[in-house]
Amino acid sequence: MVQSTKILVPSGVLGLGFSEDALNEGLKRKPDIIAIDGGSTDSGPFYLGSGTSKYSYEICEAEWRILMQARNQNNIPLIIGSCGTCGVNDGVDMMFEMTVKIAKRLGHSVKIARIYCERELSEFMQAVDESRITALEPAPDITQEALNKITHIVSSAGVEPIQEALLAGADIILVGRATDTALIAALPLSNNANAGASWHAAKIAECGAFCSTNPSSGVILVEIDMTGFTVEAMAQNAFCTPETVAAHMLYENADPFLLTEPGGCLDVTESSYQALDERRVRVQGSLWHESESYTVKLEAAKLSGYQTTLLTIVREPHYVKNIDKWITKLSAICNEKIRQSSLRSESSYELDFRVIGKNAALGELEFSVNMATELGVCVIITAESQHHADDIAMLVNPYLLHLPLSENEPMPTTAFPYSPANSSRGAFYEFALNHTWRLENPCDGFTLMIDEV
Amino acid sequence: MYYLSEITKTIRSKNAGPFWVTIDLFCGDDINYQRVKNGLTIPIAAKHLLITENLIKRFEIDDLRVIKISFQRKYFQGSRLDRDMHGAQFAHIFSEIQIN
Repeated sequence: MVQSTKILVPSGVLGLGFSEDALNEGLKRKPDIIAIDGGSTDSGPFYLGSGTSKYSYEICEAEWRILMQARNQNNIPLIIGSCGTCGVNDGVDMMFEMTVKIAKRLGHSVKIARIYCERELSEFMQAVDESRITALEPAPDITQEALNKITHIVSSAGVEPIQEALLAGADIILVGRATDTALIAALPLSNNANAGASWHAAKIAECGAFCSTNPSSGVILVEIDMTGFTVEAMAQNAFCTPETVAAHMLYENADPFLLTEPGGCLDVTESSYQALDERRVRVQGSLWHESESYTVKLEAAKLSGYQTTLLTIVREPHYVKNIDKWITKLSAICNEKIRQSSLRSESSYELDFRVIGKNAALGELEFSVNMATELGVCVIITAESQHHADDIAMLVNPYLLHLPLSENEPMPTTAFPYSPANSSRGAFYEFALNHTWRLENPCDGFTLMIDEV
Repeated sequence: MYYLSEITKTIRSKNAGPFWVTIDLFCGDDINYQRVKNGLTIPIAAKHLLITENLIKRFEIDDLRVIKISFQRKYFQGSRLDRDMHGAQFAHIFSEIQIN
């Protein structure tokens, strides 16, 4: 019977950095596993849409090498989830290739498990036909047009596919998309630790030291047993207090008391947070409510066009003062010139204007009226091809530079910060699903592959 | 009348997935917690967010003296009309709300 399970979490995400001293402090406590996340949807739809990673390969490789060495020296498993930021199959392949390369260089013999989480559109459509897909609130509409533009669908794994890899004796587990918590909860649940404590500890530790007084210090240790868990930050200048730990349950959660996970729901309504000393907090009373059916959450992104942006700075007081009028005029004249030009025959486009220094971040919700000395004007063009977006930007460019407010006044010249003022941004993606998928078996659709290298 | 920024320790706002934003108002002491608890209602939040009340959830976390407001994004994260990828600027709207 395992009395407790210790999980060392080096940071909130691979690529963000962690203190090696704090990691070594954590290793002295003899953790049973090292768990780290590889990404999330937090940085926006581009990564899932394009299937690419947010963090530098070289930086991730350097950090992964340190973690592989720590794993090898302590002979414990190492797990990463949401490989390559978004958890697509290419992200898993990238981490696999990196792991094999580092293992060879370090002379490690390791059993590597890969868990693929990407879903084909045809599988998804079949699940729709079988009434296995449920929309969450709010969810984008599943139209044929949207489906045609989806580039990637992933489903977030729960603990079961990970437990299967652990049972197979994997040293290193590379998971496509998984819930942040499943990575951490898998081993304690296999060891029959308290289920509420396992999931709650996982939520508290998923962002590394965010649950401490020093969020950027990275390394966190959670120890989970039959009745609760204890959390401690490993950096000397980081402290877990009942307030910092409890507050992390609120972080990025719409509901502060309930957290839905594959197979059930964590309920912290009755949880108690007690300071054991100035560094450690003990949490008890968390509950796990198993759900009747097993569902996993889906994430998808679709190609919604191509973008080109322009940026200028307006400094002339008369134009700063009349910026709304100027933008209205600029928008009208650009749309009219596009209609009159050969560009009109092309597909649809959108012109969006953001006035930086006025209300660029909040738009119609901004009610502060502080007057800035200068204003940035960002023009975002979205069209169905990059070529069309670029052509529209070239048409907009001279008006953005020189448009007078009225006919009988000198032509202004705004400040272009660089040449060219237009930047092609490439493909533009949007999230396309906020749905769950009901599975017969928690491992359905998650492909496990094991290799020894 | 108090600005919420005057009677809270911290107001933070963040994505809770691509479709929700959540705002945590840490009130510090009991007096201010009671003020925020009584004054920051769903109708007031709805008025400043320009969305209907049914899209908002409001929670009272007495132990932490926190009022939490979660709402469905009018523009999903990263969609064409979204202006703030991580939803963190919504906190500033709340800082400038006045309550009794």
